[in-house]
Amino acid sequence: MSGHNESILREPLITGDNITYAKITDDILGPVENKPNKAWWIGFTFASLGALLWVVAVSYTFWNGIGAWGLNKTVGWAWDITGFVWWVGIGHAGTLISAVLLLFRQNWRNSINRSAEAMTIFAVICAATYVVSHMGRPWLAYWVLPLPNQFGSLWVNFNSPLVWDMFAISTYFSVSLLFWYTGLLPDIATIRDRAVGTRRKIYSIFSFGWSGSVKTWQRFEAVSLILAGISTPLVLSVHTIVSMDFATSVIPGWHTTIFPPYFVAGAIFSGFAMVLTLLLVARKVLGLENYITMFHIESMNKIIILTGSIVGVAYLTEFFIAWYSGSEYEQYAFINRSTGPYWWAYWMMMTCNVISPQLLWFKKIRLSIRATWILSIVVNIGMWFERFVIIVTSLHRDYIPSSWAMFYPTWVDISVFVGSIGLFFTLFLLFLRVLPSIAIAEVKLLLKTASEQAKMKQIKEGHENKEYVAEYVESLEKFDSVKQEDYAKI
Amino acid sequence: MSDIKYILGSFGDPDEMMHGIEKLQENNISIHDVYTPMPIHGIEAKLGIKRSRIDIAAFCFGITGTCCAFALIYFCAVIDWRVNIGGKPSFALPDFIPIMFELTVLFCAFGMVLTYYASTHLFPGRAPRVMDLRATDDRFVIAVDAKDNVEHTVIDGLLKDAGALEIKYNERKYISYE
Repeated sequence: MSGHNESILREPLITGDNITYAKITDDILGPVENKPNKAWWIGFTFASLGALLWVVAVSYTFWNGIGAWGLNKTVGWAWDITGFVWWVGIGHAGTLISAVLLLFRQNWRNSINRSAEAMTIFAVICAATYVVSHMGRPWLAYWVLPLPNQFGSLWVNFNSPLVWDMFAISTYFSVSLLFWYTGLLPDIATIRDRAVGTRRKIYSIFSFGWSGSVKTWQRFEAVSLILAGISTPLVLSVHTIVSMDFATSVIPGWHTTIFPPYFVAGAIFSGFAMVLTLLLVARKVLGLENYITMFHIESMNKIIILTGSIVGVAYLTEFFIAWYSGSEYEQYAFINRSTGPYWWAYWMMMTCNVISPQLLWFKKIRLSIRATWILSIVVNIGMWFERFVIIVTSLHRDYIPSSWAMFYPTWVDISVFVGSIGLFFTLFLLFLRVLPSIAIAEVKLLLKTASEQAKMKQIKEGHENKEYVAEYVESLEKFDSVKQEDYAKI
Repeated sequence: MSDIKYILGSFGDPDEMMHGIEKLQENNISIHDVYTPMPIHGIEAKLGIKRSRIDIAAFCFGITGTCCAFALIYFCAVIDWRVNIGGKPSFALPDFIPIMFELTVLFCAFGMVLTYYASTHLFPGRAPRVMDLRATDDRFVIAVDAKDNVEHTVIDGLLKDAGALEIKYNERKYISYE
């Protein structure tokens, strides 16, 4: 495996010298094995206050019913479903990184997949709470399951995308959890074998008795590959079905065949932005600059430009098709969207999703951590507005002008949304404390081939083409974790 | 002699460990197992471990999921309670496909992973059977059964030649029970 060298033209995936297998374990387990620092406590305090707000707001909704929200007769779906689609979309990047990039053998996924998958799980939890609370009678949530007549309803309607969605989201959540946890087993075993006392006992239970024998690893790799293979179409199907919740209806503005690919691209777009928002902070606070390098950040920024541009083309296509269809209702829905009372939301969406990500074409911006972080938040604001625009502007002016209305959120709407962000960050911060934020075993795989020190050794051996070496050294300029003076000597 | 059950060659480098396996095999010393902190590609071929058949299991579970989903929807929507929706046919196959797909993935994933757990004896709370605690951290450990291979000094020498950093003689098979 590690007998052959990787091309010198590829950027290193692990930087720093004197990185050994032991150092990788120490670096990654640092936050798990030591007491949290001040930054973590500050973050956790704010996040858990947010989570508390969420508990209050969701309980209030359960007690009083969804009349507590700002919905009215015309706008019967608003922040709830906006929040749901937003969270599910964010979740998609985790599966994309862990599954699609595995199939394409993109080794840079190895150091970001674990936290991205964790993010998926937590985002889907946030999304699922919207589904349950928007039902009105959440204690009857099991009615969405295909249960027989005696339970008070007929069989569920298998022609309805809402039923497909129930199957899709629950499959997606449970399969993602399985994929994530199976990948975690070797790393939990690493913590277990370094711990003592009660800690060891606890991690021992959760490690499922992992030993790292040959057969275990062999099957582990087969299982991971197949899980990646089935998760790839799964993740595409989930957001396709989410989009069908809208696309199969006859509401102008929703009834478009472009929705599935457009939603999937948007999901990847917002998901990668959220991964960047989280990891740019985590890499700094946890000191993981050698593992999550500028190359990783640049690669994710490139995916954001690509998917952001697809989303932009989709917006324009929708407009064109509305005009080309000749249907005046369809045309009105779009004119109203961009120039009606919700014009500000539409242009917010356009600016944040289509215009500002184009700044990433500039290398300087793409490689600036601060700019990337701000843009990643801008993208997520934009993607929230995208869902808001699609949902509320298509509904608020229906067929009878006398029933036209606006949507005003109540404090409960706002608290459920703000609180869900708090819940998400609480779960993520707890995850950083108890489980390794980077897949230890997978990063170790890269040490002998794709690390900076392995490449340095290759250069020193002197068999490499001079031009290639020069090109490689030039590519290292963007890394904030590489010491340039080491290369000046060669 | 006597109480030694396993001889462990602990390597700091996967390539040296692979070299150690070759050395032992050249001298007809059977290897009990190898414990590593990460997957080592190509080791299965060396140790004569057959290709995993878990993909076949995954396919069977997946197909079961497809059939179950179809059977469920067909029973509910076509046999048990037909709903007349604008006179459209109850047996609307295109509408069945999303759920059939989801259940295929669900059955395949759970079936395969549970098969994996069962076949490798992984379950919550199982006592870890670890011979060297550093094998999940930074050491690549070859375990040789000391009862079957009696010439301990030879094994010792071979492992050291290949680059083992440490040789251990375990008197208990697993050290992780206490």
